[in-house]
Amino acid sequence: MPKKIENVGCPYCGVCCDDLVVTVSDDGKQILEVENACAIGNQIFHHATGSERVKLPRLRQPDGTYKDISYDEAVDYAAKVLYNAKKPLIYGFGSTNCEGMAAAAKVAEKAGAVLDNCASICHGSSFLAIFDNGYPSCTLGETKNRADVIVYWGANPAHAHPRHMSRYSIFPRGFFTGKGHKSRKIIVIDPRHTDTAQVADIYLQVKQGHDYELFDAFRAVVRGHEIPDEVAGIKREKILEVADILKKARFGTIFYGMGLCHSDGRNHNVDIAISLTRDLNDFTKWTIMAMRGHYNITGPGAVWSWQYGFPYCLDLTKKDIAHMNPGETSSVDLAMRDEVDAFFNVGTDAGAHFPIEAVKHLRKHPWITVDPNICMASEISDLHIPVGIVGVEVPGIVYRMDNVPIQYRKVIDPPEGVISDEELFERIHKRLCEIEAEEAAKTEIKAAPEGVRAEE
Amino acid sequence: MANKITLNMITQRSIEEGVAMEKGKTTPEYFEACSIVEMHDDDVKALGLVPNQLVRVTSECGSVVVKVVRGRQSLYPGLAFIPQGVWANQVVPPRTQATGEPQYSGFPVTIEPVNGERRKSALELVQGAVGMWRGDQ
Repeated sequence: MPKKIENVGCPYCGVCCDDLVVTVSDDGKQILEVENACAIGNQIFHHATGSERVKLPRLRQPDGTYKDISYDEAVDYAAKVLYNAKKPLIYGFGSTNCEGMAAAAKVAEKAGAVLDNCASICHGSSFLAIFDNGYPSCTLGETKNRADVIVYWGANPAHAHPRHMSRYSIFPRGFFTGKGHKSRKIIVIDPRHTDTAQVADIYLQVKQGHDYELFDAFRAVVRGHEIPDEVAGIKREKILEVADILKKARFGTIFYGMGLCHSDGRNHNVDIAISLTRDLNDFTKWTIMAMRGHYNITGPGAVWSWQYGFPYCLDLTKKDIAHMNPGETSSVDLAMRDEVDAFFNVGTDAGAHFPIEAVKHLRKHPWITVDPNICMASEISDLHIPVGIVGVEVPGIVYRMDNVPIQYRKVIDPPEGVISDEELFERIHKRLCEIEAEEAAKTEIKAAPEGVRAEE
Repeated sequence: MANKITLNMITQRSIEEGVAMEKGKTTPEYFEACSIVEMHDDDVKALGLVPNQLVRVTSECGSVVVKVVRGRQSLYPGLAFIPQGVWANQVVPPRTQATGEPQYSGFPVTIEPVNGERRKSALELVQGAVGMWRGDQ
């Protein structure tokens, strides 16, 4: 009898849908059906058993091909790369569990590495703005139960977070929002008339890269000041109309995305979004939330902040003395300045998602990919170590985009012999400690320096 | 008719890219989802293009050949869109305004029709860039 597993968490986006129903074959080896998931989540589950998986680490040979090696050999190779590098970079973690992130941080500290996560090229700007200006946020449950005005600014959940609108923002009937979307106003602000804009009551086509001016105009109006006839491509009357809706809301949430973080201004765009939220709280209750991309990209921020005090771009080259300085210790900047001499790509694909110039710089040095799948990073690596897929084959803690931790479960076993990120990093850490001890044993013990002794 | 125009490029996720990415970045689905550029009809006409024609997109740091398609999500004239992924990242400038985040959205590109060229596969682009491409195995 095929088995139905209910309340399964989805390892795709930051919405972390936890209502999936997955049917597995009676031998527990095949995923037969996935209910409630979006098109992308569906694909992740089916891909796990429906495709050819890499089951052993693969080491690049002099002729350019890959050769299968054992996990022990892979762990030894990875530990030696870290030991020999002066400043290795360990980057990624968009798609793994918090247990794996904590274990990787242990390795980074031991190796004196730079530790960074995908926020570095995603919502890193949000961190900078939040440090400067605070974060008047809420949980997705509060938005669902209370919000009557929703703003999507520079975000396109119809494509990037497919069930965000149906689970939390526009359509669900909550405790105080019993009429669902009928009682909600939806405002979408984006340079493109996106599929999200299709469901908006009001759509503002802001000029690309001019979000800051539009936020500024809203702040001016909300505070009772005059504004010009047109700002960032939006007519004055429209700005006044929307500002009025914002002020008269019972409870509102601004969801913002990469439109702010990837455009000119970066953290300043988020900074002023937070300021607008704060201004609106003089009139009614407003909250703001970053549309975090991957299901557990909020995780490394939470885990590493707890371990070291910083959420990303952690320089651990002084081992237990951490510092963080985006622009200096951020992955793409380090790559472009050729400051790192080994690269670990973990649970992400820098090969596909970094600008190609950064990839070229990083590839001058040893490159190790830790990922369940074949991706661009794995195909240019010296070593590819496959691991189990979190949420499908490996359980663990993940943080939703509103910083709510959720326990994910597994629905099938990983392919035979394939280990988890956590186990892999624990083993690399152990091997690193052994290599350090072996090397220390080889060097002669230095004579104690002669000093002035108290009794002499 | 111009033989080259300058547009403002943005690169963000599309759901087609998301689904294809999870299926695998070496699949035909990923190739079709990502090796495209969306432009406003006025800009397509200005270049005298026919639908599905190939163009070369060139930025301050690189160039890539992609296919012009009419997107479902409309842009205003002067704005162009390539879904995030391997093809977009051939032209994304790595400058970060000291935040760590590359200029994924809002950088100038020139677009011109090409003849006799083809779209390269994801592997050819990435492995080719780092000197590891060994031809179609």
